[in-house]
Amino acid sequence: MMNGRPVAEEDLHAYVDDALPTARRNEIEQYLKLHPEISVKVEAYRRQRDDLRARLAPMAEEPIPPELNLARMIAARHRPSRMPLWRSAAAAIILLGTGGVGGWAFHGSMAPQLTGVAALAQEAAYTYSVYSPDHAHPVQIKATNRADLVNWISARLHSQVVVPDLSKAGFRFMGGSLVATPQGPAGMLMYDNDHGIRIVLLVREMYDNIDMNTSKMLPYVKGPVTGFSWAHNGMGYSLTGAASPDILHPLANDVRAQISPTI
Amino acid sequence: MKNDIILIVEPLIPHLRRYARVLVRDQAGADDLVQDCLEHMISRWHQRRADGNARAWAFTILHNLAVNAMRQKSRRGEHTPIEDADESQFAQGPSQQEGLYRRDLLKGLEALSEEHRSVILLVSIEDLSYAETASVLGVPIGTVMSRLARAREKLLVWMEGATPVASVPPSGTVNLRRIK
Repeated sequence: MMNGRPVAEEDLHAYVDDALPTARRNEIEQYLKLHPEISVKVEAYRRQRDDLRARLAPMAEEPIPPELNLARMIAARHRPSRMPLWRSAAAAIILLGTGGVGGWAFHGSMAPQLTGVAALAQEAAYTYSVYSPDHAHPVQIKATNRADLVNWISARLHSQVVVPDLSKAGFRFMGGSLVATPQGPAGMLMYDNDHGIRIVLLVREMYDNIDMNTSKMLPYVKGPVTGFSWAHNGMGYSLTGAASPDILHPLANDVRAQISPTI
Repeated sequence: MKNDIILIVEPLIPHLRRYARVLVRDQAGADDLVQDCLEHMISRWHQRRADGNARAWAFTILHNLAVNAMRQKSRRGEHTPIEDADESQFAQGPSQQEGLYRRDLLKGLEALSEEHRSVILLVSIEDLSYAETASVLGVPIGTVMSRLARAREKLLVWMEGATPVASVPPSGTVNLRRIK
């Protein structure tokens, strides 16, 4: 032949896959008629493709096992405590490592772009789920070195940190740590009660000019973890733990009143 | 959201299972990967672009999970890098009558490298377009085309490598080597 574009190997494979526009397809058919040795090759590719499809077709007709029942998987998600927070965090980290997954149609889907108090609430939940189960070293500095802890965290947060007293509700101050958030350093203060229930108060500066003063409590519930978060004078606070909202909400109100008596 | 996701994702599940199973060559492991893939899709469904291509998205997640799993496995030393492996490791023994005449196509697919296997599966079996395949694999379309060409050629050669058809007598009359 041919008056048209020269035939590329790619054309032959696209021909095998029926992926050519009609005009090009006709050209290739003409070409193959004139070149029987290449036509034999293309036929071999085509037969290989057909054979593979035939061999693998039964696999796509097998019954789906119960653990891949989508409706049940969705229902299970809405049941509390199905997947520990650390596992979803770990999954997110793995996905970040694989690349391509998020880049392609889902910008930002790896790390939901929360802002303001909502972001703080999520950070508090992660912090809680990482540090509260730790039996050996739940806090970096224990309550016995309270002054050290308060000075250190206050310096890092550029703001005087107050350690609220929750003893009336049966919670003792255990100590605290400096933790990392996407927004910078945060102070974590941990408390526990006689039943071994731990709660954390996360404190950090509000950076993004959103929710700098949100005295209204923002509730956060994910699985067993509950949190109440607010902001005052550019500082954000979140009281978070595996306790029911009935217990945690009045405690959060108490904390807010102790830190910011003016609200 | 719930009906939406079931309507769109459920029909993909048999295809995702097949892709994972042939790619990682391990049925139980493959279903675990599909389960992980579905979990990811459920949890990120609300962030999905309305005009996004759910099928290509699903295969992208699954492919990345599978590649990760295979890498971990090979780090633990349980995996033979296919390109280096002796082909006889994957060939069917000549004990079955069929095996005498013709190599098994699926064994040939297994004998390909993971890169070549994935491109054949996505294009030839799952009917993804070249552009979709490129986005699933995270490579340019040109790379998809060249891998596809090489993969098909390798599979042809592998299949032909087995065929002493003319020289092998019908199975009933095979002369066993005499053992003294």
